[in-house]
Amino acid sequence: MKRFDYVRPATVAEAVAAAAEPGAAYLAGGTNLLDLMKSGAAAPGRLVDVSRLPGLDRIEELPDGGLRIGALVRNADLAHDSDFARRFPAIAEALLSGASAQLRNAATVGGNLLQRTRCAWFADPASACNRRAPGSGCDARGGDSRQQAVLGWNEACVATHPSDFCVPLAALDAVVEIEGRAGRRAVAFEDFHRLPGQTPERETTLAQGELVVALRLPAGAEAFSANARYLKVRERTSFAFAVVSAAAALRLEGGRIAEARLALGGVAAKPWRCPEAEALLAGRPPGPEAFRQAAEAALAEARAPGDNAFKIELARRTAARALTLALAGTPARVPALPASPFAPVPGALVHA
Amino acid sequence: MTVTVTTTINGDAEEFVCEADETLLDVLRDHLGLTGSKEGCATGDCGACSVMLDGRLVCSCLVLAAEAEGRQVETIEGMARGRELHPLQQKFLDAAALQCGICTPGFLVAAKALLERNPDPSETEVRYWLAGNLCRCTGYDKIVRAVLETAADMKSADMKSAGMKSAGMRSA
Ligand SMILES: Cc1cc2nc3c(=O)[nH]c(=O)nc-3n(C[C@H](O)[C@H](O)[C@H](O)COP(=O)(O)OP(=O)(O)OC[C@H]3O[C@@H](n4cnc5c(N)ncnc54)[C@H](O)[C@@H]3O)c2cc1C
Ligand code: SF4
Ligand code: FES
Ligand code: FES
Repeated sequence: MKRFDYVRPATVAEAVAAAAEPGAAYLAGGTNLLDLMKSGAAAPGRLVDVSRLPGLDRIEELPDGGLRIGALVRNADLAHDSDFARRFPAIAEALLSGASAQLRNAATVGGNLLQRTRCAWFADPASACNRRAPGSGCDARGGDSRQQAVLGWNEACVATHPSDFCVPLAALDAVVEIEGRAGRRAVAFEDFHRLPGQTPERETTLAQGELVVALRLPAGAEAFSANARYLKVRERTSFAFAVVSAAAALRLEGGRIAEARLALGGVAAKPWRCPEAEALLAGRPPGPEAFRQAAEAALAEARAPGDNAFKIELARRTAARALTLALAGTPARVPALPASPFAPVPGALVHA
Repeated sequence: MTVTVTTTINGDAEEFVCEADETLLDVLRDHLGLTGSKEGCATGDCGACSVMLDGRLVCSCLVLAAEAEGRQVETIEGMARGRELHPLQQKFLDAAALQCGICTPGFLVAAKALLERNPDPSETEVRYWLAGNLCRCTGYDKIVRAVLETAADMKSADMKSAGMKSAGMRSA
């Protein structure tokens, strides 16, 4: 690791001031940042340890019926909060499908949003990578493309955002609260992560030194609690990043879909919300035909940068399956094997 | 940059000086002689470095030693009470739930954390909870069975002592 200064500010204001200079980075659970520092892919000159900042580890009710989750709430604590899991089951399922018990215990809400891509060339300082070293090129092209994007990518970068948690957050219109030297601002989840464009190194809307302090879920998000699921296709049954994943949520009224939410993971540099699919489902009777059409719409623009065209059809099937699972109803408890495609789905063919 | 850290390890107050870039695992093994926690990967993948930090199971390879300031650290060295092994340790021995043993301390610390949280886990729950602990030798089956059997033993021991207590109360 490159040598660095370690500071532990006592307040949010002190933290924001300490991280204002380029080269400073926040340390929360450390499960992503320390890993990247060991390989040399990240080399901050100063670590600002925010893990003990007061007041950021709470889950609070908002007067308008929404929920505010502090940036330092640990992934495991959020998922195991039974009230939270009842109201936002797809988020709890996504959290529990990610990483391992050890890592979920350390990982924070803020760190999960800000985690970097798992692109192998990004993590290897000896490789060319526009995201890590702007303008250096992209050694990922021509390499193993299973984890690469099929939506929203360009020649500059084909990497994906690896978070499970962020997929249902995108579907449920979460809001990110950010504190900087100019004060506090709120950003819609949709606008928080960025596609590569010509500046793949700019992964989010955060400016140097801005701190994520909380996440808000709007009051309306709870209306999906009876029919909300997360489904994650991975290389192993557990403890692997998503090749493709989907969060699906339905609000049913009189046998029809009043409102649908759909977002995909593992397919783009950001959690991928599917507004066309949602529009197509609204007002229709739920079922295989509607779900298949929605899945087609969600992937209409998809193209493969390498040998990963299979992900396009896999993403369609995952989306349709997640909608089918949502229609079947949220299980009373998060399944012991969360988000697993190997669980039987009522009304779906095993090999569909 | 050097950092002075005051912390508690297995119940004992501990003070050490380390570099800012040293992990908790580095300090446990290289400064404090607590070599039970292992480094299998240093990237969060294998769980051989599992410890409890303020009562939560974490990978000590992804925690800076400086972060232990004022915290309670529990390692595999604190699991037995003197010469008396923890029931999980005894069961791992009896059931031969290990071969080379590199993964064992991590499995034991993680399994203890699981049983404290969920004393009656299903096999799927055991397997999923222990997914963050890799073993290259055993094929996992004996490990999973050892944890399930320990849970069952601890439960029946609890029931017995609860039964004895209520019997005692009746006779008193
Ligand atoms: C082996 C392994 C397997 C994993 N598997 C999965 C998986 O299957 N699914 C999944 O979703 N994730 C997975 N993860 C990733 C894990 O979820 C993230 O590492 C974790 O969520 C990051 O949170 P943290 O608090 O540890 O962040 P840190 O490592 O502390 O920080 C990560 C980044 O966020 C920045 N940051 C942290 N907090 C803030 C804040 N409040 N404001 C602004 N910036 C901030 C840091 O500066 C850093 O750049 C895995 C990780 C590992 C090591
Ligand atoms: S795909 Fe993106 S992250 Fe991966 S090497 Fe290319 S530029 Fe870097
Ligand atoms: S050494 Fe820490 S997880 Fe492998
Ligand atoms: S016994 Fe050798 S790694 Fe598990």
